[in-house]
Amino acid sequence: MRITILPEKKQVELTGRRSGSSVLNQLGFLPGTAMIIRGDELVPENEMLEADDEIEVRSVISGGV
Amino acid sequence: MKCKRCRGRAEIQLRQHNTAFCRACFIPVLRRRVERSIAKERMIGRDEAVLVAVSGGKDSLALWDILVGLGYQTTGLHLSLGIGEYSDRSTEKTAAFAAARSLPLITIDLRDEGLTVSEAKSFTHRPACSACGTLKRYYFDRLALDRGFPVLATGHNLDDEAARLLGNVMHWQMEHLARQRPVLEPSHTSFVRKVKPLYRCSEYEMAAYSFFRGIDYILEECPNAVGATQLTYKDLLNRLEATSPGSKLAFVQEFLRKAQPALRTSEDSSPGTCTSCGMPAFGELCARCRLMREVESKRARRRAAHA
Repeated sequence: MRITILPEKKQVELTGRRSGSSVLNQLGFLPGTAMIIRGDELVPENEMLEADDEIEVRSVISGGV
Repeated sequence: MKCKRCRGRAEIQLRQHNTAFCRACFIPVLRRRVERSIAKERMIGRDEAVLVAVSGGKDSLALWDILVGLGYQTTGLHLSLGIGEYSDRSTEKTAAFAAARSLPLITIDLRDEGLTVSEAKSFTHRPACSACGTLKRYYFDRLALDRGFPVLATGHNLDDEAARLLGNVMHWQMEHLARQRPVLEPSHTSFVRKVKPLYRCSEYEMAAYSFFRGIDYILEECPNAVGATQLTYKDLLNRLEATSPGSKLAFVQEFLRKAQPALRTSEDSSPGTCTSCGMPAFGELCARCRLMREVESKRARRRAAHA
């Protein structure tokens, strides 16, 4: 699957069908620290992502207000 | 996974609440939680005009959206901090949000006020985040007072509050712990009430809310936040949350319920008045005027050295 990591705009490819939490773990994100977005929908971490999915992984952590 | 309310397809799983929602159900659930926080802590009266501090980030823009949705009379206040292109983009996002919804917005550009965050960082040994906090607090207080707003709302979320609490506990900052609560009543006639309506909403929930509502917020992180201690505390808390969902919420809620009331006696005495600007101050000058004096003195020395 093709992944765009934001805000870094980094492109990554992972092989095979995987759960959202597996993808986040592979990319070094802790649970609940990034949104997985497929098209215009948010994907819960425990859902499966298909090998041909194009997704965006968007960090939600900010340093302050 | 199904939505707990309508049994449709869930888009967000909330492990800390052991539940999941579709977007149509999540939006009112989150708004209701904020509404309950406001009512429980008596943050905002129904007839009070609210000044909302907006940075262009997800939390503050989502807060503004929620307060408008709950029927509050709001005005946005944005500080353009002078942190290069990052500040320019933040200001653009905030202005676009306000314009698209026809909401009133006050923008203060620190380049017009004689001291930006980048200048403070360059002329002093203070960390940029410290100078940024000093300037933000000053202008938030000053504008709220000058424009007659009785209450100032900020977008601090649960993760911000948990990280701040951890930092305060790590150093046993008793005065800071005494003031760490979702509502701060004014301790000086030049202060207004400060409220944090999102203190029970996680960073993930606020990002999801912004996404569902189509809020175009600034995604990039402030360049000065790289290596900030608050991010280290957030990382530690997120590791704990991963193995024990609900830890952050319990940490903050139980602190507020059990420990915070007992700490209020540690609170500083009421501030005096700054001899330079008239705003509240602990000492002769307020923190912003002290910072200004320090920068002006170093600017003068630098000019003299180059003359």
